[in-house]
Amino acid sequence: MGTKKSLGKEVFSLLKENAASYMMYFALVVIMLVFQIWTKGKFFTAQNISNLFNQAAYVAVLAIGMTLILILRHIDLSCGYVAGLSGAIAAILMEKVGINVWLSMLIVLLMGLAIGFYQGTLVTKFGIPAFITTLAGMFIFRGLLTRSLASTGTIIVTDKTFKAMCQGFIPDIPGNRTGVHIVTMLIALIAVAAVIFFRIRSRKNRQKYNFPVVSLPIFIVGIVAVSVVILFAAWMLAINKGLPISACIVAVILGAYTFMLSKTKLGRHIYGIGGNDQAAELSGVDVKKVTLFAFCSMSVLAAVAGFLYTSRLSSATPTAGLAFEMDAIASSYIGGTAVSGGVGKVTNAIIGTFVIMSLTNGMNLMTIDISYQYIVKGIIFIIAVAFDVRSRKK
Amino acid sequence: MFDEYILEMRNISKEFPGVKALSDVNFKVRRGEIHCLVGENGAGKSTLMKVLSGVWRYGTYTGDIVYEGKVRQFKGIADSEAAGIAIIYQELAFFPELSVYENIYFGHEIMNGGTIDWNETIVQSKEYLRKVRLDIDPSIKIKHLNTGKQQLVEIAKALSKNCKLLIFDEPTSSLNEDDSKNLLDLMRELKERGITCIMISHKLREVTAIADTITVLRDGSTICSLDAKEDDISEANIIRNMVGRTIDDVYPKRLQKNISDIVFEVKNLSAEDRNTGKKILKNVSFNVRRGEIVGLQGLMGAGRTECALAVFGNPYDYKITSGEIWMDGKRVSFKTPKQAIKNGLAYVTEDRKGNGLVLIQDVRYNITLANLDELIPGLAIDENKEIEVAEKYRKEINIKTPTIAQKVKNLSGGNQQKVQISKWLFSHPKVLILDEPTRGIDVGAKYEIYSIMNDLVKQGMSIIMISSELPEVLGMSDRLYVMSEGQITGELPIEEATEEKVMKMAINA
Repeated sequence: MGTKKSLGKEVFSLLKENAASYMMYFALVVIMLVFQIWTKGKFFTAQNISNLFNQAAYVAVLAIGMTLILILRHIDLSCGYVAGLSGAIAAILMEKVGINVWLSMLIVLLMGLAIGFYQGTLVTKFGIPAFITTLAGMFIFRGLLTRSLASTGTIIVTDKTFKAMCQGFIPDIPGNRTGVHIVTMLIALIAVAAVIFFRIRSRKNRQKYNFPVVSLPIFIVGIVAVSVVILFAAWMLAINKGLPISACIVAVILGAYTFMLSKTKLGRHIYGIGGNDQAAELSGVDVKKVTLFAFCSMSVLAAVAGFLYTSRLSSATPTAGLAFEMDAIASSYIGGTAVSGGVGKVTNAIIGTFVIMSLTNGMNLMTIDISYQYIVKGIIFIIAVAFDVRSRKK
Repeated sequence: MFDEYILEMRNISKEFPGVKALSDVNFKVRRGEIHCLVGENGAGKSTLMKVLSGVWRYGTYTGDIVYEGKVRQFKGIADSEAAGIAIIYQELAFFPELSVYENIYFGHEIMNGGTIDWNETIVQSKEYLRKVRLDIDPSIKIKHLNTGKQQLVEIAKALSKNCKLLIFDEPTSSLNEDDSKNLLDLMRELKERGITCIMISHKLREVTAIADTITVLRDGSTICSLDAKEDDISEANIIRNMVGRTIDDVYPKRLQKNISDIVFEVKNLSAEDRNTGKKILKNVSFNVRRGEIVGLQGLMGAGRTECALAVFGNPYDYKITSGEIWMDGKRVSFKTPKQAIKNGLAYVTEDRKGNGLVLIQDVRYNITLANLDELIPGLAIDENKEIEVAEKYRKEINIKTPTIAQKVKNLSGGNQQKVQISKWLFSHPKVLILDEPTRGIDVGAKYEIYSIMNDLVKQGMSIIMISSELPEVLGMSDRLYVMSEGQITGELPIEEATEEKVMKMAINA
């Protein structure tokens, strides 16, 4: 261990074994750099990075929920229109009925919960495949969305709190005239410190139990790479207006779901059901309850995604929700969720979201027609999944 | 003049990355004999047969295959089939929705012009079904046949391809006693007709009963070839050659028994399958005492697994229609496996890959899955404690794995079984139901599992062992029940149990 020769070997074997997950980072970097060149430097501007975060937020939230569903070997095609409908109902409650923004959102979140419960019940109790259940849901919620906005058309949202969700930024310390958002940089530094702390702790633990660990140089390179990415992104945001509130919302949800999946019984049970539902059942796992939870969580997150999307546009439109589920499913799979179920991480699904949304963002910057955008995304998606399937077979 | 040998495999070596699976194996099969190939799991039997059938094609191994007097270079299964070699695999590959005749001729259809001649196909199929003594209508769907009959269809298929050398890979592992006997008879008949058979088997009783020659492999090498007429082919001698040491007793003895009160009792239990309405249990009563191993014997399909599952919270919709279950003197009823586990019942399934383990997860994950509550002080799983638990079982149960972070799918069958047992031990059961605990695992691992069972009852646990292997049940149990067609047909203390008595009870309802 540790000599120059074996280091090369280790790098090679790491690349070989984790080809699929490295591929995802590699693709992201390549896509971003290519757009940076093609747009003559318009991609990595403070304004655009900030924009990318806001643009990606709703897909990221959907991708987190979708990852759970896909680990369980189900699918939710309806989440796009559930998001669209949620945004519309929230707008109606705030602008037309005149209910307080927080109460409006609470009502819509409960509506999301009810939708999830309805679809989850069909899947678990009636045994209708999720594909069929949510395809029907896609029809129903699209219809409800169109109907709810039929008399008013597009509703403009004026509530400042609601609009801040996907347009606003976290406050800075008063009187800061440096031109750099100090709180954003502080948060980034804390994040870097946390990454270093947790990685070292986990490494020490693994060593204590003689689990395989990467060699020290590679470990350090990994930490440095993550830190640089965090600091770079934070710097781009800090010289603009700071950390978007949408990013904070995503981060909180991401943190909660990561904790749930990796540290709690519920998370273990989700992976167990995805890996072998019969074995899970016989080990005392309540398969139906856990599956029902995943559908409820998906639809509640779809409601949140609906808020973010509506907030960013400051309006609820009848076309909101179209193809959201496609971006969410693609994000999750590009992020390494196994097509055969049982494997997947929400953090990686977020990386997948950035791959998909960087494509959208970059192609928008280049004013490429939406038809080509779909084709390009489809090709990237299928390459990513094909790569994953092949590398898993070995 | 015929060659005496139909097949000679000379100095076959085959390497996988990091492992030498076969080294200089010599294997000679006489024309028209039944040749049994035995050895522990991992001894190289399957690899040798894969080399022979072209799955590992010419060039991926070294050595020569001489078949019918010529050196052959098979580049795939198609080549070996064309030469008249066919394998009947342990796990049958069928098209369940197709008819028997479609299955028999799948891949070598009888053509007439550009289309399939179905009439001729049916006529021919009947002929081959007759040859394997299977009296069924060839147009029924194959999924409606039981495993034993499906296997006969597979043999008919091989015969229809005009095969001269038929290889059976663990043919009786999933058959009941009747079907096994039937199959062995058929093999003798095929031999009469000049077809050479190679049989891979763990069941030494069958091997000694049928073999003309027995070749023993160990660690990728040929240990010996025993002639049934001249050499000592006692089970003891075969085992000695397989493991390289003498196992004086296949079943470890418990020195002192400490059997006390009844812990678990089932009274007059009847149950039906909710989906088909079929009665699966009729008035079943049995009990198990603290520190006792109770055997539940019966033929395949007698309802033993169904009985265990119905008691264990009927996860597959086995509806209990009447009867009582008592645990520790209290009446209980389990609606889900979760409740059963909470009340001290554990069930080690017969199908560890199908519904026992989450293969894509690691050893640690699988060991703790059934009792995570014990590892959760607050909201999150205490991973340090979890690792300690997993390490403890790895050492105690002797699970051979590089680390507990190893994925279970990469372990051998015996070690997978040990992981499964560890999982259920960690749920701290009072009563442990073991369903076919040694199926498909090698002699050494079997002995270890028997020893674990003895340790557990010594500590006061109660074990119900379901097994199709009569010697195993007789060797391990303190008392046994026999089941047939969903009913308990007899109860015997071990002192009175003989193979004949048990078989009689298992056959007559």
